[in-house]
Amino acid sequence: MSAPSKIKRKFMQHQGVILAMFSFLIPLMIWSIVSYVPFVWHPKVKITVPGEVSYFSEGLLVDRDVFEREKSDVLAQGKTIPEGVPANPIYFPAPDEVATAFYTAFVTEPKRRNEKWLHESLWDSIQVIFWGFVISSIFGVPLGVLMGTYRVFSKLNEPFIEFFRYLPAPAFGALAVAILGIHQGPKIAIIFIGTFFQQVLVIANTTRKLDPMLVEAALTLGAKRTSLLFKVIIPGISINLYRDLRILLGWAWTYLIVAELIGSSSGITWFITQQARYKNFDNVYAAIMMIGIIGLFSDIILGWFGKRMFPWEQNKSLS
Amino acid sequence: MNKLDLPSYLDQSDEVKARFDRLKQRPVILDIKEFTKIFETPTEDVVAVKDLNFKTYRREFVCVIGPSGCGKSTLIRTLAGLETKTSGQVLLDGEEIDGPGPERGMVFQGYTLFPWLSVKRNVMFGLEIAGHGKSPAEEEALQWIDLVGLSKFTNAYPHQLSGGMKQRVAIARALANKPRILLMDEPFGALDAQTRAKMQAYLLDIWRNIDVTIIFITHDLDEAVYLADRVLVLKAHPGEVQEIVEVPVPRPRSPEQFLSPEFLATKARLEELIHPPGDPDPELPGDHMNMMNMVPVNDEVDKVE
Repeated sequence: MSAPSKIKRKFMQHQGVILAMFSFLIPLMIWSIVSYVPFVWHPKVKITVPGEVSYFSEGLLVDRDVFEREKSDVLAQGKTIPEGVPANPIYFPAPDEVATAFYTAFVTEPKRRNEKWLHESLWDSIQVIFWGFVISSIFGVPLGVLMGTYRVFSKLNEPFIEFFRYLPAPAFGALAVAILGIHQGPKIAIIFIGTFFQQVLVIANTTRKLDPMLVEAALTLGAKRTSLLFKVIIPGISINLYRDLRILLGWAWTYLIVAELIGSSSGITWFITQQARYKNFDNVYAAIMMIGIIGLFSDIILGWFGKRMFPWEQNKSLS
Repeated sequence: MNKLDLPSYLDQSDEVKARFDRLKQRPVILDIKEFTKIFETPTEDVVAVKDLNFKTYRREFVCVIGPSGCGKSTLIRTLAGLETKTSGQVLLDGEEIDGPGPERGMVFQGYTLFPWLSVKRNVMFGLEIAGHGKSPAEEEALQWIDLVGLSKFTNAYPHQLSGGMKQRVAIARALANKPRILLMDEPFGALDAQTRAKMQAYLLDIWRNIDVTIIFITHDLDEAVYLADRVLVLKAHPGEVQEIVEVPVPRPRSPEQFLSPEFLATKARLEELIHPPGDPDPELPGDHMNMMNMVPVNDEVDKVE
């Protein structure tokens, strides 16, 4: 590579990092403005001094017009007026509150003895995702490759799978509980159902997209059925297969929340619903973001591995 | 070019004549008899090749030319076993061709190196499938890579190579199987003129040094005359043999011969066969009325020549 293009590439990389940072900074900025600038939104009033309004207490959130009405009422009666500051609804915590929650959520002791700490809940979720996805891939990848390679497999399986993938995975929830009990089993099953059928079709499609010239070249070099499959088709699609799996893993996460509500609620979803019930919305946001962060980081790690596994790829579609 | 007094392309020097006599003494390696290929499409049957007869002698270099639709690709793909014939016989060493096999190597126009394998592993591909052990296969692959002059790139991946290098690896990969016949389907078609000239020289050099028969499709008449012993000229719709031209240019060939009378005479003959005089290309309208709409009215378009 020549020097100017190297410099240009460096510059582009640099620019890419800055833009990536901004893609996070812009939403954060909007969030901060809405949270910290008092005249933006803030439809509520947080009472600081209750005055002589009978039901006001310190820290209570009331609608702004309610506050004004009560205030003018007590003013007309000549009593002490309440005081308050503009505030956002309780379901809209400020960035700093959520940031603190990232720490406090982990150290907050469960309310009941048999309940789990946050890190335990997260670990449960990761296990459910992992097993659901691994079991799906163990069957889905070989079936997809076979369907993409041999017409017989495709004609035999594809119509049924096309039909099945329209059945929403959560619809099988009750059934899964009846068969697999109330613990991890049905949750893994939902992830499996949600992933598997898409996976097979996506991978079959990827397999079909392999350049037929490579297959023809291999045939003229003496490759036969098995050697063609293992020495040409599978290595030929491996990069795209890996990318498909990364995308499908993202889909598996979307099924997690539904899956965890089935049977006995568990994992991060249990934590989120529990915290919402206690109106700890800062913890709720923190937990939702943790899912995003875990997803993003696992994807970055997989991308990193991909680059090392496929040295012949010219660092395009990966990373 | 003005009309030159060219000799007839049929005139062969004694030396060339003797060479062709010797060539025809050699055993027939490829024998195509009444070969017909019909493609069935939902609307109609398309006859791609009809009753084609042709023989190739051992270690001969044959180029195939013809207008588009003459079935030259169909012919070579059938020889490779990638298409099946509709009728007739296609014999290699007297045996009917049945499906693709390593004794018929093929070099494609597009780049078909396996992108996930290094140059060395690409060349080893056929050897490993044929059951050679890893280290003998490797040793042999290295020799072939050396032969095409890419020893420095043994461990490079295809995406790191230029187009010409990729095709050289493709040639080495096909030759590593020790094929009886090497089929080349416009292998240099995608290369620039300079690289192409180098590749032609390389190919002649390789061919001189090993026992292989080459069938080479091209649409470049210079290339055909420069490389071939005989040129098989096909005509289109349906594909049939128009003429088999014996190239009277002596061997060894070199680029200086491009302007020799025999060379020009042969090329003129091929030109005549492919584009017969008084037969305007039906796909291009003679007047350029359709261009009128494409240039602004004020452009000066008629004072260039």
